[in-house]
Amino acid sequence: MTSIMVVLIVGIVVVLAAVYISWRAGRLDRLHIRLELAGESLSAALMRRRAVALELAGSRLLDPATSLVLAASAHEARMAGPDERERAESDLSRTLRAVVDQERFGEKLAESPGGQALLEELEAAVAKVVYSRRFYNNAVGVTRTAQRRWLARVLRLAGHTEYPQFFEIDDNPPEAMATE
Amino acid sequence: MKVGIVCPYSWDMPGGVKQHIDDLAQALIAQGHDVSVIAPAADDDDLPPYVVGAGRAIPVPYNGSVARMSFGFLSAARVRRWIGDGDFDVLHIHEPLVPSLGVLACWAAKGPIVATFHASWVRSRAIAVAEPLLRSALEKLSGRIAVSDAARKSLVEQFGGDTVLIPNGVTVARYAEAEPLDGWGPDGATIGFLGRMDEERKGLAILLDAFNLLAGERPELKLLIAGPGDAKDVYDRVTRAFHDRVTVLGMVSEADKIRAYHSVDVFCAPNTRGESFGIVLAEAMASGATVLASDIPAFRKVLGEGQAGALFANGDPASLAREAAALLDAPERRAKLAAEALVAVHKYDWSTVARDVVRVYETVTTGGAGRVEEDL
Repeated sequence: MTSIMVVLIVGIVVVLAAVYISWRAGRLDRLHIRLELAGESLSAALMRRRAVALELAGSRLLDPATSLVLAASAHEARMAGPDERERAESDLSRTLRAVVDQERFGEKLAESPGGQALLEELEAAVAKVVYSRRFYNNAVGVTRTAQRRWLARVLRLAGHTEYPQFFEIDDNPPEAMATE
Repeated sequence: MKVGIVCPYSWDMPGGVKQHIDDLAQALIAQGHDVSVIAPAADDDDLPPYVVGAGRAIPVPYNGSVARMSFGFLSAARVRRWIGDGDFDVLHIHEPLVPSLGVLACWAAKGPIVATFHASWVRSRAIAVAEPLLRSALEKLSGRIAVSDAARKSLVEQFGGDTVLIPNGVTVARYAEAEPLDGWGPDGATIGFLGRMDEERKGLAILLDAFNLLAGERPELKLLIAGPGDAKDVYDRVTRAFHDRVTVLGMVSEADKIRAYHSVDVFCAPNTRGESFGIVLAEAMASGATVLASDIPAFRKVLGEGQAGALFANGDPASLAREAAALLDAPERRAKLAAEALVAVHKYDWSTVARDVVRVYETVTTGGAGRVEEDL
């Protein structure tokens, strides 16, 4: 084999490898973008749920005890640091179940002006937490798999991005708002 | 919102997925969204204004049946152009694992993409072979929806991750008005059943046993059965003397199905298990029929623990017979249950389902998600 042939073959191999690596890197990059967006959307959904819970607590539509329980729980969730967030949001889910699943809660609230609208807003906020968390954890799962690949590890394709963590909370909606 | 929906199966063939997409599109349009559907269809087909044809569909055997699908360069180019021109906020692909427009759209687009999975499958060879390819397409989905627990389970077992569950809806208004079938009509003595006759979990055998118990003391009592299956099996189970009081219609058209709901006094759903959500039950409720169902959890939930329909002990013909007799003897209670059912069924109306789907759209378009663009 002439040296030109060898150079040619090596050249082709190098080009193919480069194409493959850049395709892999592009795919991983796209996954990181998707993960980031899913994370933003989850934060927005949680924030919205806390806001609606606080609004409901302050609406004077509930009895004082219920208001207090709800306000305390929503406030806890809002002030929680990164390590406490999952626990605090789970607590808010539990509180919401206890509040909304009171007997004739929906009917009572619907009788007051503005009550129906607030209830619908809460239902949407609760559903979106469920949806966005599923989507976020999906994104975490595929990104983790992609980062763990041999090629990605050896070539550090993920750069300095952290290894993503699942967001595990109890987000079961109140019985009256369950869609699944 | 500007929504682009991708239908994998030919628009001129009736089918569950196509019906789902049509109902969803109409519900979204009714709520003020701007919807465009792309589906396999020839240019000269008669299409609704919101549907775009992607070329003629070709019948191909896939996953155990023959489906009419579109693929190839021409369809790929049309999908790409539709995505480029559409400027959608969100792209909603149905059945992205089926080798048709869904896969093509997944390849051609980037941005907020949602997919709905309809079919369930057991670890299929075809899907296993194509898995790496499909996996990279699935990676692009920001949100995944399954229409049933079975569909969700298939997807999760083969590809991991999770989905949200949004079941099919019922267009309640479509069932409200219909003429009873010729020679039939609610006459105070007709019980109805609809579903596969040969599928054990649909529970027809329990209803037939109950009919045998009741028919002797009630000479007027009649049974109307519709659905695919072998009529001989039905008659084999019914006491010979009562054969002429049992009518088996077999498969019926959509229109006749609605008429059948309007022809009975008591609609019976004796399912023994499964049924994450009883679509047949919801249809009967929307038709204004009085429902008598087994007390499996799914039915108890749909019927509000007996508020919107009567319940009997699951799998027990004697209990079914007792409850059916009580209902037949109480026309006022029947009317009350039917009226409650009409209210309760609204939870399963397409408008509610579309609202949940819009929430998914809103979830994947928050923040800097951008719009749907061509992926070059």
